Amino acid sequence: MNDPSAASPGPLPTIPPLVALAMRPLPLLPLQLVLGGVLQRIHRRNPALFDRLGPHARARFGIRPIDLPFAFVVEATPPRLSVVRDLPPGLDARISASFANLLALLEGRVDGDALMFSRELVIEGDVEAVLALRNAIDDAQLDLAAEASSLFGPLGVPVRRAFEAARGHVIGSSGQASS
Amino acid sequence: MQLSLGPVLYNWAPERWRDFYFRIADEAPVDVVSVGEIVCSKRSPFFADHIPAVVERLQSAGKQVLLGSLILVSLRRERRQTEELAAVEGAMVEVNDLTCLRALAGRPHAIGPFVNIYNEASAAFHAAHGAKRICLPPELPLASVATIAKAIPDVTTEVFAFGRVPLAISARCYHARLHKLAKDNCRFVCEKDPDGLLLNTLEQQDFLTINGVQTLSHTCANLLGDAGILRESKVGSLRLSPQDCDMVEIARIFRDVLDGRDDADGGNRRLAAVYAGVPFSNGFLWAEPGHLYRRGRSGDMQSVAPQIGPV
Amino acid sequence: MMELICPAGTPAALRSAIDAGADAIYCGFNDETNARNFPGLNFSRDEMRKSIALAHGRGARVLVAINTFPRASAVELWHRAVDDAVSAGADALILADIGLMDYTARRHPNQRLHVSVQAAAANPDAIAFYAETFGAKRVVLPRVLSVPEIAEITRESACETEVFVFGGLCVMAEGRCSLSSYATGKSPNMQGVCSPPSHVTYEQTADGTKSSLGGFAINRFAVSEPAGYPTLCKGRFSTAQGAGYIFEDPVSLDATTLLRGMRNAGVTALKIEGRQRGRAYVESVVRHFRHALAALESGSETDIASLKPFTEGQASTLGAYRKTWR
Repeated sequence: MNDPSAASPGPLPTIPPLVALAMRPLPLLPLQLVLGGVLQRIHRRNPALFDRLGPHARARFGIRPIDLPFAFVVEATPPRLSVVRDLPPGLDARISASFANLLALLEGRVDGDALMFSRELVIEGDVEAVLALRNAIDDAQLDLAAEASSLFGPLGVPVRRAFEAARGHVIGSSGQASS
Repeated sequence: MQLSLGPVLYNWAPERWRDFYFRIADEAPVDVVSVGEIVCSKRSPFFADHIPAVVERLQSAGKQVLLGSLILVSLRRERRQTEELAAVEGAMVEVNDLTCLRALAGRPHAIGPFVNIYNEASAAFHAAHGAKRICLPPELPLASVATIAKAIPDVTTEVFAFGRVPLAISARCYHARLHKLAKDNCRFVCEKDPDGLLLNTLEQQDFLTINGVQTLSHTCANLLGDAGILRESKVGSLRLSPQDCDMVEIARIFRDVLDGRDDADGGNRRLAAVYAGVPFSNGFLWAEPGHLYRRGRSGDMQSVAPQIGPV
Repeated sequence: MMELICPAGTPAALRSAIDAGADAIYCGFNDETNARNFPGLNFSRDEMRKSIALAHGRGARVLVAINTFPRASAVELWHRAVDDAVSAGADALILADIGLMDYTARRHPNQRLHVSVQAAAANPDAIAFYAETFGAKRVVLPRVLSVPEIAEITRESACETEVFVFGGLCVMAEGRCSLSSYATGKSPNMQGVCSPPSHVTYEQTADGTKSSLGGFAINRFAVSEPAGYPTLCKGRFSTAQGAGYIFEDPVSLDATTLLRGMRNAGVTALKIEGRQRGRAYVESVVRHFRHALAALESGSETDIASLKPFTEGQASTLGAYRKTWR
């Protein structure tokens, strides 16, 4: 019997170093504006997510995709996101993984503990805050393509298609849990 | 305030075990003594022959004797053993697993520290079903101990006051596993460690104690300095758990402090001399990590100093 | 057919479990009344009511775990959890504390009651005590028993039995372990947490990642060496007799290959551990066991992809189900 639902073993692809190198000179501000908008929108549409964070809603998280030349500093309340070359000191917690794994985690397509066990996800700092964030996100069932495209008004549909294509390219057709 | 002596948790040689209790009967100022193998049913046959003599000597010396039941009962042989224990007349059973309760059917009994009683409702349930003495789980904080003790005034409430703290029980034998033996053919290697086997962290910090299927703390619980507040909290008995040291002297020290012949500081100095090299702990009582030790009521918590042992 | 009992730490995970073929889902309130009291996890009263209604609409049952031991002087908090779970329509309550079982049996005599694994009822006498005293209908067996022992218990008990088939494996008898509170002051029995994340640190060193609990170093992993949860029973230690994983390796239970034995032993329900895990875990593991059960039923051979990515240390064990584990 072939079980199409079983976990697809093997890690998600990482972004090739050459591509990452080519991205290095890109200006960060436009990216920050777009992602900041996505975060604001998630905040508006998923109040339960922020309730779940409880006392950790004010934590500052540093998120570093290990295969990209920049990183993010994210705060939930008030929702704030900045794109930086290097993570600043003084963050409550730092999370690093490949960009694909981070996207898959955001959408609940992979299990965070499984990524910890396989060492593809590294956590430092306030472990409790990170767990709260992960559990809150997992419950929210975010669809990043929908969240991002909705920022673009009438251009939303083509933006959504482009995002889904890009996601498919980065993550593969699915994450750990195919369906 | 009574003093009670808990059962020997380690695998001592049978003659040594017998002589230990003979001396307790003759010399130790304890009111209650709990006997019997409660950790590993494989060890029981070694002590069985000596139990009648030990019980008789203790009772003749005026001690109340409790017969401890096995902590973890899963095999048929262990169930039978537990059932037989419940049928014994002339001494109360100390229940360490609920398996016993059905066979006891409401007859008077004691409850050991391995039964989960965390609140006044559970304590009242057991009191209503025949419990006359309850030794509370070692991890209970003082606030809970006090609430429970006040809720069951007709039952003697006891706390675990001296000895390495029992922390876990397993179906797996770690002594056998460490010696690369199967549990069924363990050759009783735990007898090599009459005070348990020290377990260190990767950074050589003394941490836990292995005793066959049981895991205990490395630190030695010591509530001598807390005896006053325990008495105010209606605790009626302090339990001393046998270690590989002069337990008669340990009991004398507790009795001296309880009766005002010595103060807590003097008593603690004497305890440290009798059971040397093992740090004290009382963190559980103060709702702190169990390995910590707080001196007196107003003292600060002190972390157990990491002891660098030979690598 | 044996029932499949699946974990849910969030309403979304509960929906995933139903989608993947769960017969029943177990979950708890977002406070210290349940034994997976982790940040960001579990159900508010409102979420519980809605989730139970949703599950019932889709033919699935919901078992509410209220399986910590009530704190002295605060027993009402647990009583309220019981009352609220009953009024939300819970199909069964999973309880561990004797006092709470007593309360439930008196106050809600018609409520179905399951004995939690935290109660550590490991033999027919203990199980009979719960069945006779509180009318318990099912017992979740502690993970200290072999399959023949489970068969014996099931034969001798009026109670249904439920056994774990996948996920985190307690090495110590459940509900009787104070290792976590010895190191951190927080325990599964009282606060509903083992190795609380607030007391866990990961430190990147030249030798790899060092994990500590309450200030005690409990493991060190080389850069790409598979890891497990930072629990004491799966840490590396040293003794005069040798060093390494003294209690247990970082592994998860996977009893996929024992399903036939469990059925022959008369087991009523199979339980998947992992209320702290994500939707991806719930979806994949539940679907895996749904397929395995279907294959068992039809007598066909199972050729099921491995659940290895979801296991601690990327490795699995049959645990105490195989007697040599001891």
